[in-house]
Amino acid sequence: MSLDISFIGILIGSIMASSVPLILAASGELITERSGVLNLGVEGMMIIGAISGFALMVITDNLFIAIVGSMFSGVIISLIFGFLTQSLLTNHVATGLALTIFGIGLSAMLGKNFVGIPGKEFPILFSSLRESIPFFGPILFGHSIVLYFAFALPFLTNYFLKKTKLGLVVRAVGDSPVSASNQGINVTLVRYCCILYGGAMCGLAGAYLSLIYTPQWIENMTAGRGWIALALVVFATWSPIKVLIGALIFGGITILQLHMQAIGFRIPVQFLSALPYLMTIIVLVVISRDSRKIKLNTPTSLGRIFYKEK
Amino acid sequence: MMYQWHYIFFTPFIAIILTILGGGIIFYILGFNPIEALKFYFITPISNLYGLSELLLKATPLCLIAIGLSFCFKSNNWNIGAEGQLTFGAIVGGGVALLFYNQEGFYILPLVILAGAIGGMIFALIPATLKTYFNTNEILVSLMLVYVSKLLLDYLVVGPWSNPEGFNFPETRQFSDSSRMPLLFEGLRIHAGIFLALAAVMLSWFILYKTYLGFQIKVSGLSLKTAKYAGFKGKTMILVVFMISGACAGLAGVGEITGPIGQLHRMISPDYGFTAIIVAFLGRLNPFGIIFASLVVALTYLGAETAQIFLQIPKYTGQVFQGMILFFLLASDYLLFFKVKILNLKKNELRH
Repeated sequence: MSLDISFIGILIGSIMASSVPLILAASGELITERSGVLNLGVEGMMIIGAISGFALMVITDNLFIAIVGSMFSGVIISLIFGFLTQSLLTNHVATGLALTIFGIGLSAMLGKNFVGIPGKEFPILFSSLRESIPFFGPILFGHSIVLYFAFALPFLTNYFLKKTKLGLVVRAVGDSPVSASNQGINVTLVRYCCILYGGAMCGLAGAYLSLIYTPQWIENMTAGRGWIALALVVFATWSPIKVLIGALIFGGITILQLHMQAIGFRIPVQFLSALPYLMTIIVLVVISRDSRKIKLNTPTSLGRIFYKEK
Repeated sequence: MMYQWHYIFFTPFIAIILTILGGGIIFYILGFNPIEALKFYFITPISNLYGLSELLLKATPLCLIAIGLSFCFKSNNWNIGAEGQLTFGAIVGGGVALLFYNQEGFYILPLVILAGAIGGMIFALIPATLKTYFNTNEILVSLMLVYVSKLLLDYLVVGPWSNPEGFNFPETRQFSDSSRMPLLFEGLRIHAGIFLALAAVMLSWFILYKTYLGFQIKVSGLSLKTAKYAGFKGKTMILVVFMISGACAGLAGVGEITGPIGQLHRMISPDYGFTAIIVAFLGRLNPFGIIFASLVVALTYLGAETAQIFLQIPKYTGQVFQGMILFFLLASDYLLFFKVKILNLKKNELRH
């Protein structure tokens, strides 16, 4: 395995591919958290997206329906969370955990008949350019449309939050629901929308795994990526662009770990596999050490229940 | 919010009934006769002595872990990595048991149990210390450590600790009889670990309701500001509740490997650490409520296994049931609190 320039290009391309589910899920969760809702059900919503995307692909043989369907199923499952936390005012942490446990169980149940079915090849864009340009080819071209969307998403999210009126509303609701409510904003409605949007993005992230990244259905195939996405939001101190950077770092560790295993690095496989999780902890420590920095960016009412007296 | 104590113990029953109804609907959608499926799920597994013993066997670790978690949750510390603490406790306890694999002696089992508790405690101290000194989010850290501990266990049973005579199976040697929990009845798997769980229940009730520490824990859970104002040492308390919780999870892990399993391998726990979170909530973070809740949730494990055998329903329905229980529990709380409030208002209006 030579470390020539084209190999590095391919390596970067594969790092980008492995960071896509993290970017999608974390960007979705970021909007949810910015509106003041802490949804710990990311893992559950992702795995539901993964199975429903794969199942729809097998049943309809149409990848477009599969992708849209996975997002729709993410919305449906996050609606449970939304209804409980927003309408029935339940504790965000407990409800999110229930969502994850429920989602993992339900996905395994629904996916029973889809284990071992081979996936379908997902169309990639600009595949001819990928081969013809030496270094930038594998980086810029030959990816699925979902990857391009994922890499645009943090910038879109940033624009939405900082430059649009609706973005301001979301931030206001997350920072001070009472003032927002007094301004005539329907806090519950805004939060519902943000939760459902987060669900859609998590569903898409799951579908990326089961349709594009490793095109097949494996039980529990998200393997903690949902939780890493949650950690990424903290890592990014709730800023969308930093989500992108963080996701690339984690994607990099995942790919690096695979390559180290492949070239027979003299460290047990399990230690390399533990790297992304250990890295998450280390990053959290580094980021959270400065409590002022965290406080400055954290949505002030994150995870708090808002109830409007009628 | 009005919080009348008898409702606190009433809502879990509503949640259970709703879960059973919800389960019936799911079975119907899957194409089974719901009544028959529910019978296989909730009645068949405990209709004989062996089944009852299995129920207690599964309830034991759930109860132990949930008791530990109740300390964390009561004081607003979200330890959701009990599965990792269970695994690490089992690793440390199992390591000690392996040291004595060819020896017998009355002192071995207590040593193994102690090692397991200490292992879980140490592992729980990681998120606790990081939370107190670096302000990190304990939810994420404790959860990441679950994956780390499982990979460590995997490494040990495949690599250095694998049975030299085991044909490269991913498992360690069998523990000696002195490292095994004594069985309570001939032919049944229920073992002395259940007394550990009962002792934990008693002890936690005593600590929570009869000591100053318990008072501090409860106050911090209700209002952190009040706790600070009262001068409670918040940091020490975080460390203490995590240590209690980790020790309980470690005990549960050791109970599993010295009880029904008898060695270390990859699958020492069917996610007891996560399910115990539901047990803790269903039991209302109350020591005696947790006993009841652990039996109910253990039944979902057994039912899932029975349903898999008799009806070929995948055993993951267990997790679906567990998720539903927590959903319905959280939801039914609201319905009770707020109905009560509205009715009272109306009464007052009538009077005036």
